[in-house]
Amino acid sequence: MDTSLAILLSMLLPAAAVVTNLLFRKSPNLRDGLTLGAAIATFIVVLNILANVGNTTTATFVLLEVMPGLELAFNVEPLGMMFAILASGLWIVTHIYGIGYMRGNNEDDHARFFACFSFAIFSVMGIAFAANMFTLFLFYEILTLSTYPLVAHKGTLAAIKGARTYLSILIGTSIGLQLVAVIWTFAIAGTLDFTRGGILEGLIAGPPVAILLALYAFGIGKAALMPFHRWLPAAMVAPTPVSALLHAVAVVKAGVFTMLKVGIYIFGIDFLAATGASIWLMWLAAFSIITSSVIALTKDNLKARLAYSTISQLSYITLGVALATSMGILGGSLHVVMHAMGKITLFMCAGSIYVATHKTNISQMTGLGRAMPITFIAFLIGSLSIIGLPPLGGSWSKWFLIMGAADTGQLAIIGVLLISSLLNVAYLLPLVGKGFFLKPVSESKPTKFAESPTLVWAPPAFTACGCIILFFFAGHIQAFLMPIIAAP
Amino acid sequence: MAMQTVHHTAMTISDHLPILQIIIPFIAAPLIVFIGQRKLAWPIAFFASSTAFVISCLLLSKVIGGGIISYQIGGWAPPLGIEYRVDAANAFVLFLVTGIATVVLPYARKSVDAEIPKPTQTLFYALFLLCMTGLLGVTITADAFNVFVFLEISSLSTYVLIASGSYRDKRALTAAFNYLIMGTIGATFFVIGLGFLYMATGTLNMADLADRLSGQYESRTVRAGFAFILVGIGLKIAIFPLHFWLPNAYTYAPSAVTTFLAATATKVAVYVLLRFIFSVFQPAFLAETSTLELIFYPFALLAMFTASLTAIFQRDLKRMLAYSSIAQIGYMLLGIALLSETGLMATIIHLFNHGITKALLFMGVGAYVLRTGSSFYIHLQGLGKTMPWTSAAVVIGGVSLIGVPGTAGFLSKWLLVQAAIEKGYWPLATLIVASSLLAVMYVWRLIETLYLSPPNGERIIQEAPLSMLLPLWIMALACIYFGFETDITLGAAKTAAQALLAGSSGMMH
Repeated sequence: MDTSLAILLSMLLPAAAVVTNLLFRKSPNLRDGLTLGAAIATFIVVLNILANVGNTTTATFVLLEVMPGLELAFNVEPLGMMFAILASGLWIVTHIYGIGYMRGNNEDDHARFFACFSFAIFSVMGIAFAANMFTLFLFYEILTLSTYPLVAHKGTLAAIKGARTYLSILIGTSIGLQLVAVIWTFAIAGTLDFTRGGILEGLIAGPPVAILLALYAFGIGKAALMPFHRWLPAAMVAPTPVSALLHAVAVVKAGVFTMLKVGIYIFGIDFLAATGASIWLMWLAAFSIITSSVIALTKDNLKARLAYSTISQLSYITLGVALATSMGILGGSLHVVMHAMGKITLFMCAGSIYVATHKTNISQMTGLGRAMPITFIAFLIGSLSIIGLPPLGGSWSKWFLIMGAADTGQLAIIGVLLISSLLNVAYLLPLVGKGFFLKPVSESKPTKFAESPTLVWAPPAFTACGCIILFFFAGHIQAFLMPIIAAP
Repeated sequence: MAMQTVHHTAMTISDHLPILQIIIPFIAAPLIVFIGQRKLAWPIAFFASSTAFVISCLLLSKVIGGGIISYQIGGWAPPLGIEYRVDAANAFVLFLVTGIATVVLPYARKSVDAEIPKPTQTLFYALFLLCMTGLLGVTITADAFNVFVFLEISSLSTYVLIASGSYRDKRALTAAFNYLIMGTIGATFFVIGLGFLYMATGTLNMADLADRLSGQYESRTVRAGFAFILVGIGLKIAIFPLHFWLPNAYTYAPSAVTTFLAATATKVAVYVLLRFIFSVFQPAFLAETSTLELIFYPFALLAMFTASLTAIFQRDLKRMLAYSSIAQIGYMLLGIALLSETGLMATIIHLFNHGITKALLFMGVGAYVLRTGSSFYIHLQGLGKTMPWTSAAVVIGGVSLIGVPGTAGFLSKWLLVQAAIEKGYWPLATLIVASSLLAVMYVWRLIETLYLSPPNGERIIQEAPLSMLLPLWIMALACIYFGFETDITLGAAKTAAQALLAGSSGMMH
């Protein structure tokens, strides 16, 4: 298959799923089946691109030119390829999980839900294959708008409020800061194409470099860098499949993916390192890592705790960019995959517990481990991967980040990473411990709980296995990503 | 006005396009009244406006590359005779006006049936055409006094059109009266200004005026004339703080009228402003009199912020959109004030993009009014479910109003911010994006009302009729189409901006 055709197809298939969801809103099995088909087909198309292209960067194909120099254009490069595989692959898993969750939980309006879900995947594909910052920005905004109805899905006052926070921070930062940064870049460079080695070198110098970087770093609100992180906990009112895919994989990863793209292809790592413009960002990311981990410790609501954990983990990737070394970039890029696999497991487990017991707070979950062993073991594996212990995928990304910090001589950053790991242990493992080793809290009427429906527990079990497999495949991913840090 | 055409032997019909642009709707309007058949009124009006649209497309295709068509009425050469002159700037505005009219008329049928009693409908369509004629005439003519004449034709018909909203809400009468007073003051100021210029130069042809004014910028008469003209047009555009007539007029006029006026009338006035300050006067004159620093920047920014803030707190959707229009005029003014090619392009393209966006939104309101009898938010709750097609189109209009990428509104904002950055005006760039965040707030209030609020009452509300949905979706698709395909809009805007910035040299024969 022709690559440009395949790229279009990878976006058209989710778009078609939007239509089929709306058309067949009355027949759930047909509707969900077609969406599953679209998800699998999208994954196959993406794999097909991988088979054809590997980790080379393909020629840009221009869909249309909006203004001179501003093109709607796509291409394939290793980072985007990795993101596309990740998102399309996990879409299948979450879709299956979503069917189980939405039906098991008797949520309303499945058709609108899955339509918006597919629409979000459509935009993620656009982000992954965007060949320039303009195209990326376009799909970035569509992603925000398409996920808004998902966050507001329950229609309760809390959901509407959460969705409002979600939207106002994401749109506010992207229009208020990122758009300015993009137009600024266009004004000085005359292009927005993602180019190895960056497009800004020699065109801008001194403090403006740091200011431009700040406009990007804060403007990419989806990367949830403090102080623009509030939307992530607010979005946790959404049904769990949304939290799992969108707020552990698609939306937040779109954010850090954009951050990586900006660092590598707009500024260029060497340019960042030479100007030292990213040093402040490194410290801010470090602050974000520690602070949100500490906040996570204080949250009793499981999803809120995971949300703060996500904020912390996203800053790892921003940190990787800010280190401005090849190892940092590599670690950050690897962490996109590793964290996605780990966090989606944790979210799906949280949803599984909710479906089976309708409990949301960690303090109520004591003793549940024996009733739902698979869910809790999957949670344990996901946690260990997030913490970064071998033999789980998460250990590699942390390893590279620490090497990156060592390369720049930032010993304090190494300290931050180690402390963060300890904090991860402190906020993630107690749930597993309480679940397995403590007796259920005495209730007036003790209830017997059992494992959630198969469609709900199987996906997290699957991704938990994925965390283990990733440990052994990290070398392949690393080799695959090497071109992005090679000299231009 | 001498409006008969002289047939030279070598002239073909395509040479007469500029006059046909005006004369067809101008004749069709009285024709409707003479025939006096209600059933025939709409077809005649639609035929006239769609013919005018075809003509404007032909004209635009001829001049988009930078050409100029000069047409002498009655064969009298300017500066003595009246000249019609078509270049990229006004061909683009003609295209907008006729295009909107052609889309609004099919939409208007059901809406007019619901809002205006049958016996007056014949007159309504005649006035609609007359209003369009006036707007087209203002745009196409190169004679300064002729601008005034056509401005009055469009204004007088507008007053009546707005007042015809009184069958639904009596407040339309006071709104129309208010506009009548303000509009007349504006027209008077304008014609006094023209008088001063005529006194100083002895001519009324724009190119000729530009030529003879160029040595007289120090003259008090010329400066006073400029000031009068600026205020006069400012009233018509509804530049902050001359905007007080607009919210009531838009709110109480019949939906079809609001749609047409919001999309065209203020836009044509902006065009007149551009023509006068760039072609009749020169960019140098603007700089010399500090008009930009002292008048345009502050009032543009005030409009952007106060009107947007006011829009957020409205309870009536129509009024909210009216305030949003005032804010958007601020953007257009800002583009002019930046005095650069990109800035002017932003103004011209925003003129068009905002025109189609607002037309779409007001049409959506009209559909809601038809089905629920009200445009208050409280009656619009939950309509996203009961009127899904209308509401989806309204959402597209809303995001285009915000300027979300992929919509027409995005491009104008992009250009405006780029123009500010090119000049190094960082605070300005920040203010532009900040004010568009206010747009997010008022648009999102609407979207939450439509989709997330529980329906009000037990009434069963139907989707709007197809004759409304079709125009609505044509506009919605246009909002998206012109967000990607910019050959026409950007091409015309670029040519026009270059010509305008060249000053009178762009007007020379």
